[in-house]
Amino acid sequence: MSEHKKEFWKWKEYNWRSDGIDWRNGSIITGGVDVGSVSTQAVIMVDGELYAYASQRTGSNSPDSAQRAMAWALEGTGMTLDNLNFTVGTGYGRVNVPFANKTVTEIACHARGANYMYGPTVRTILDMGGQDCKAIHCDEKGKVATFLMNDKCAAGTGRGMEVIADMLGVSIEEVGQRSLEIDEEPEPVSSTCVVFGKSEALGLLRSGWEINKVLAAYSSAMAHRVVTLLQRIGVEPDFAITGGIAKNIGIVSRIEKELGVKALKPRHDTQLAGAIGAALFAKNLVEKKGK
Amino acid sequence: MITAGIDVGTKNTKTVIVKDNEIIGRACILTGFDLNETAEKALQEAIASAGITRDQVEEVVSTGTGRKSVTFADRNVSEVSAAAKGVHYLIPSVRTVIEVGAEEGRAVKVDSDGKALDNALNEKCAAGAGSFVEAMARALETTVENLASISLNSVESVPMNAQCVIFAESEVVSLIHQKVPKQDIARAIHDAISGRISSMARTVGIDADVALVGGVAKNIGFLKSLKDHIGVEIVVPEQPEYVGALGAALQ
Repeated sequence: MSEHKKEFWKWKEYNWRSDGIDWRNGSIITGGVDVGSVSTQAVIMVDGELYAYASQRTGSNSPDSAQRAMAWALEGTGMTLDNLNFTVGTGYGRVNVPFANKTVTEIACHARGANYMYGPTVRTILDMGGQDCKAIHCDEKGKVATFLMNDKCAAGTGRGMEVIADMLGVSIEEVGQRSLEIDEEPEPVSSTCVVFGKSEALGLLRSGWEINKVLAAYSSAMAHRVVTLLQRIGVEPDFAITGGIAKNIGIVSRIEKELGVKALKPRHDTQLAGAIGAALFAKNLVEKKGK
Repeated sequence: MITAGIDVGTKNTKTVIVKDNEIIGRACILTGFDLNETAEKALQEAIASAGITRDQVEEVVSTGTGRKSVTFADRNVSEVSAAAKGVHYLIPSVRTVIEVGAEEGRAVKVDSDGKALDNALNEKCAAGAGSFVEAMARALETTVENLASISLNSVESVPMNAQCVIFAESEVVSLIHQKVPKQDIARAIHDAISGRISSMARTVGIDADVALVGGVAKNIGFLKSLKDHIGVEIVVPEQPEYVGALGAALQ
């Protein structure tokens, strides 16, 4: 059996299907596909309820990644693409969802998705994606009021976290927890640049710092960077975090601490916000057509 | 009078020994975690290359990001004045100095006496410094030198969208998958960084003569690209990475 070098930055891909819903009894079946620069999510909703989903690495070929993710979401459901009444594509690769009936911007989808996931009280959403970071203000219906985005720089993004996980040899699922297993919170590394932060982290490691402490210093810098973005738009409660990094408890707790505000607890996979929002927009479009 | 200038950079520490306005020795070593220790070691090596002894060095002046960590330095000077002084000594006709190191890029406007008049600095983003080229070379599984020379063979300009080193790495990988010729990718990399450096230089104004110094000045691909971007001849002094240390020694 061949052994290949473990890639620590690779988070697990997954799919899920609800046992409690029979889609054949549903009237409006919609699909939402969020093609991000790092990950792609495909979501299937039955009458606006989450039925099935899949999350995969996007890879270098967007049209293929949308199809693969949707095929995986459909797996085991007995459904085919033809059973979907309407599909909306979103994300930076949204033009590359060949089976989508329409595309909607990711900001709008994220706000809508967060509204579904966290409820109508959410007003400020922080989305930390693979290669960008967004701060969104929305109303009780999940409609976007204003937003700020950083997509030029890896600081505060998933790639920034993957880079350090790989360097330290810690799997991405563990970096959050381990960054909290320290005696004392260290000084953060450079928060303006992942490349500089990484060099600093490497230097600290070589000088004898243990891995958890290096993770803490790096996570602290990243949290600070993200808080800076949030403060430019202001944080109005309730506050919620979406995207892959929302699963990183080390980053989330540091953000909450620096802001002095607690984020709403997620009951769904936080990476699904964009795709869920897209599937909900799809439902609205079906309902409008029906009128 | 024998003076030693030590430029403690993020990647390399350079030392130059000057006696009566002549360079008599130099050394360049990797900057370790202990900056003071690195500076001492670099000084020892430069002293050995000059064929003198430690007590013959009358003054030690430090510069660079780690200048304040050199406890045995008699004083320290800013990288701006070190660059200005160093270049003026080598090429007195220079009026604009562009210095690109591993993690910083700066532009310095100098007068006819080698005094710094104005300066611009990028220290916040690795995409405007040597780390960018190094990361790209790694992504293409080659050396910086090779990347530089193959870029000169490029005939087609390929745009690079990513500003950030981290994103650019992914972009380079996808360009490879799209079978874009390596020399065009190499050129795109150099164009990306020189675009940023030239924008920075324009904020202080580009007046001839223009000198390029710092470790990245040795990159022939970057030099050509920068010349194309600013549209003016650029002169690179011999051993350009030592200019900061030289300038410190001459203070």
